[in-house]
Amino acid sequence: MIKYIIMRLLSALFVVVGVICLVFFLIHLVPGDPIEVMLGESAQPADREALRQSLGLDQPLLQQLGSFFYHLLQFDFGQSLYSKQPIIDILAERIPATVELALSGLVVAIAIALPLGIMSALNRGKPWDKVAMSFSLLGVSIPNFWMGPILILIFSLWLGWFPVSGREGIDSLVLPALTLGTAMAAILSRMIRATLLEVLGEDYIRTARAKGLTEPVVILKHALRNALLPVITLIGLQLGTLLGGAVITEMVFSWPGLGQLTIESIHRRDYPVLQMCVLVISVTYVVVNTLTDMVYGWLDPRIRLKGHGND
Amino acid sequence: MTKKLAAIILFLWAVLAVGGGFLPLTPDLIQLDKILQTPDSSAWLGYDDLGRPILDRVIMGSQTSFLVALWVVTISLVVGTIVGTFSAYVGGWVDHAMVRIIDVLLAFPGILLAIALAGILGPGIDNVIIALSVVGWVGFARLSRAQVLSLKHREHVVAAVALGAGRTRIVFVHLLPMIAAPLIVEATFAIAGVVISEAGLSYLGLGVQPPDASWGGMIRDGTRYMLVAPHMVLVPGLALMAIVLAVNLLGDQLRDWIDVKTRVKRK
Repeated sequence: MIKYIIMRLLSALFVVVGVICLVFFLIHLVPGDPIEVMLGESAQPADREALRQSLGLDQPLLQQLGSFFYHLLQFDFGQSLYSKQPIIDILAERIPATVELALSGLVVAIAIALPLGIMSALNRGKPWDKVAMSFSLLGVSIPNFWMGPILILIFSLWLGWFPVSGREGIDSLVLPALTLGTAMAAILSRMIRATLLEVLGEDYIRTARAKGLTEPVVILKHALRNALLPVITLIGLQLGTLLGGAVITEMVFSWPGLGQLTIESIHRRDYPVLQMCVLVISVTYVVVNTLTDMVYGWLDPRIRLKGHGND
Repeated sequence: MTKKLAAIILFLWAVLAVGGGFLPLTPDLIQLDKILQTPDSSAWLGYDDLGRPILDRVIMGSQTSFLVALWVVTISLVVGTIVGTFSAYVGGWVDHAMVRIIDVLLAFPGILLAIALAGILGPGIDNVIIALSVVGWVGFARLSRAQVLSLKHREHVVAAVALGAGRTRIVFVHLLPMIAAPLIVEATFAIAGVVISEAGLSYLGLGVQPPDASWGGMIRDGTRYMLVAPHMVLVPGLALMAIVLAVNLLGDQLRDWIDVKTRVKRK
């Protein structure tokens, strides 16, 4: 188990280093001179030189990369070109909103997907299964930048139940969380159905039934416990979709999180902020995935006990 | 029934995308007296905030989404398959390095890397295609790599090696045909993903620029007038949903059909 954890941490570390390198090179993909693009053509030569020096763009590429890592290790994320604030302060202001949205989206997704997936697996091929799977297909086919406006139209503009946008109180969280959670619920319910169906075909389920256990006990104690194991990994992986989807959902609802900051920084050509947004979101994703893998490894005795007297 | 409907929708999409240019459309014609008019007999889908006919713009939007989907999926499929197949077949440090690169690219959740790339490269259909392809090939590489890893020690490959066949011949004649089926299924689902991503980038203002039409851009423009002209949001969204739904249905069908196990079960 310890060897597994160390290997997993090492590979995560490697991925994070790779992500940092890629994010570093983003600014070099700007067509033409990045300084000119960021400051505009009318900028004074002295200002340009100052920015070039402060971003280190006048140094050799490898040295730039080295100093990028050096500053990151010291949690020095640089300064916003737009607001002149330290980027770390801006991020700290935005992160709670995104975390709140992502977690609520996750709760919505699980609350919809779990009953839906279980019911449809237990009623395989029957009308209920078809309805549930149609919902799931519809859920993955509706993009959140359309679902969001439709929800706003119905629940905010027509019914007046929830605010149109912004982040003030629990009311304003409902529609964004619903928008974000539905797409994930669609994917998750399919996966829960598939894993549960697989488990239901196993020998130990037949044994449990043959022992005369009641159906709820067979499903809840024997089938679901084993079926949910892979689902935990899937939820971890889906958190990435959730974080990615949050970027657009935040724009739809003017939700003041990292996603909105990402898009704002693109439109303001505030590339240092863009780099850090992408970095923070991706590294969060890597960390969550690594933790999920470890939790999975701990939950699954086949992995946990590997090397512990298999014979 | 649904299968037929899905096929019809996709056929229509392709026909309108390819043949739309030959129709007498006026997607950019501004008519100030028709601003935000709801659907009527003169314009089936109504007019937008500049008085342009929405039907014509939806058809123009279908060209954008079709073009982007075609290019991105083709580039991703070809690049991803070649990279994944050779990486698995050659093995050793080449494969090791490739796995690392794939891992790093997969660390960017969902559409985030495409957003950042499209934002940095600047708006425009070319940059959308580049951004989505950079993200898109990874899935194909991973899939073809996994498939080839499980195939490369099969008897027919070993026999070909023993007969003196070269690497290129083995890959193209003995491996690629066997992994084609799952790749086609993946490509089908990728079309749906690319259509949504393209519209998403346009929604964020990072895709095709006005006056060119994109369904995502149309939805964004429409959200400002939702209370007075909901058709501006509804129509492009429904078009988008219909295509994605049809592609996903087709993908499901294809997967079930290719998967021998489920095919036999159904019989």
